[in-house]
Amino acid sequence: MKIRVALAVAVAATCLSGAAVADTSSKKIALSNNYAGNSWRQAMLKSWGTVTSKAVADKVVADASAFTTAENQATEQAAQIQNLILQGYDAIVVNAASPTALNGAVKEACDAGVTVVSFDGIVTEPCAWRVAVDFRKMGEIQVDYLAQRYPQGGNLLEIRGLAGVFVDDEIHKGIEDGVKKHTNFKIVSSVHGDWTQEVAQKAVAGVLPTLPEIRGVVTQGGDGYGAAQAFKGAGRPVPTIIMGNRQDELLWWKEQKDANGYETMSVSIAPGVGTLAFWVAQQILDGKDVPKDLIVPFLSVEQGNLEERLNQTEKGGVTNVEYSLSDAQAVIGGKK
Amino acid sequence: MTAASLNARGPARFDAVRLLRMLLPAIALSLMLAVIFSQQPRAMSYVGLTLLLNLAVPVILATLSQLCIIAINDLDLSIGSFVGLCACIAATLLKDTPLLGVAALVAAVGVYGLVGALIHWRALPSIVVTLGLSFIWMGLAVLILPTPGGRAPEFLTTVMKWKPAFVPLPILYAVILGLGMHLLMRSSLGTILRGAGGNPKALANAGWSLLRARVTLYLMAGTLGALSGLALVGLTTSGDANMALRYTLLSIAGVILGGGEFTGGRVNPVGAVLGAMTLTLAGSFLTFMHIPPDWQIGAQGAILIIVLALRAVLNRAEER
Repeated sequence: MKIRVALAVAVAATCLSGAAVADTSSKKIALSNNYAGNSWRQAMLKSWGTVTSKAVADKVVADASAFTTAENQATEQAAQIQNLILQGYDAIVVNAASPTALNGAVKEACDAGVTVVSFDGIVTEPCAWRVAVDFRKMGEIQVDYLAQRYPQGGNLLEIRGLAGVFVDDEIHKGIEDGVKKHTNFKIVSSVHGDWTQEVAQKAVAGVLPTLPEIRGVVTQGGDGYGAAQAFKGAGRPVPTIIMGNRQDELLWWKEQKDANGYETMSVSIAPGVGTLAFWVAQQILDGKDVPKDLIVPFLSVEQGNLEERLNQTEKGGVTNVEYSLSDAQAVIGGKK
Repeated sequence: MTAASLNARGPARFDAVRLLRMLLPAIALSLMLAVIFSQQPRAMSYVGLTLLLNLAVPVILATLSQLCIIAINDLDLSIGSFVGLCACIAATLLKDTPLLGVAALVAAVGVYGLVGALIHWRALPSIVVTLGLSFIWMGLAVLILPTPGGRAPEFLTTVMKWKPAFVPLPILYAVILGLGMHLLMRSSLGTILRGAGGNPKALANAGWSLLRARVTLYLMAGTLGALSGLALVGLTTSGDANMALRYTLLSIAGVILGGGEFTGGRVNPVGAVLGAMTLTLAGSFLTFMHIPPDWQIGAQGAILIIVLALRAVLNRAEER
């Protein structure tokens, strides 16, 4: 209760001093992030910084600081969330270390009147919002694309991610769904590439001699370039390899496109999804009626916009987009 | 306190240096709280203190568990994954089949005792044995709870979310645990247990069983570790095999920060409780100070080094 009163006082004070442009101009939104150690997360934090600093400058919100825990541990992030409650944030956007171990802290936040929006690493606590990735769909659309390119069907090679991880399982299920839908396709082999080009290259090279002609390679991202190298190394024609928006994959695709008109598609989740969660939180604070479960749109690269996307992508990075308020409204609206 | 009882230094000379050394954990904790309060006056309330410190309760329990092991000159590198395992048991077995859950927890504590016995019989290095054990605990936890989930039993959430009058719950628990452990370690049993770490030969010559002392301490450590897992799951409301891995290092640092030594049976339960709270707060402290995340790991390490360096300086001053 004390927090609420103090909060009300703080809100009143800011309202008096600053010009209220939008209803959320006095609100404070925090990002609670559990890990910053790879290129995807770095891009995520950078996007958050770009979009939110503009939002603060435009007086859409009063504050939008990002907090990353020093170590990727659920207990530490739970403590961090509790601190953010104390610091009087109106909303906390979370990329969670664990889908369940933060539930206690998230519940504390909800009870203190704080809006919690989780994304990418989502939390299961019912009082929080979830901006989730439909990984299953991500697997399925790959087979859909191949079915449209090759109506006659053919053999597929599947490169999976890290064994035992939720994401790997979901994408795999999606690919199986796709194969069930397009019955003239057949997965002739499945290897684990661990989302790493070198591992994927070795795994594919290992099974290639035993395989018949391959029409397409379905992937999980971070493994397409390695697969291409393996095919080339074995002296076999390179099939249609679905890419995962990594810069090295897009660059290879571009080179092939220029040399021999190679065609494929590339799909992944943009690290800018954090900014989508930011706008969702802003919309909730604005009093909008937002469903608890939202689905993130994929970011796909096609033959037509390959050059443009490649230019936007940093060397060694992942293709990114920063979402705007209208994107968030579209996602919210599409769900209603 | 322990220093006074174990060091043959004549009558209890109450010198300022030793007092300062004893108070160091308390001073570090108060300093940190003072800065947090000045940054965020809202934290200086019943709700604020509860939120700031409630995650310290499982850390305190894990630290006291580590203290039992350190008291006998061993080191437990498996406490983090053991706490995780107990949390997973609590979120699954204890909730669905309470009897089986209790049996599993008792069995886990029993294994701790057996490990103590094994280390004693074969004169094995505890670091190696417990490091190996940490993978076993981790594997079992993943078997019990393959993906994060489960639900805390009702009574655990009640115990951890209870709102007593006036005193915030974490502080109440900290006082009970610190004083309880202090009294236990100062009792005749506790003196023998610490003696097994301080001067095992003398103890054996006097006819005490070192084996029994070590097994007792390991059983105590197991019990406190299991309680830590229960407290943790009561706070988070569900389990994750990886959720407490950090506790291994936190607990060791907490014991040392609180005035304990790796050898000689010199441990200080009250100090260890304060040390555990200081370490838990260190992360919050940095958040409240708006230190950028890139610097936080370094800053957290720096805090630890500063406090430990101060201790070393005071130790040296005391020896003079």
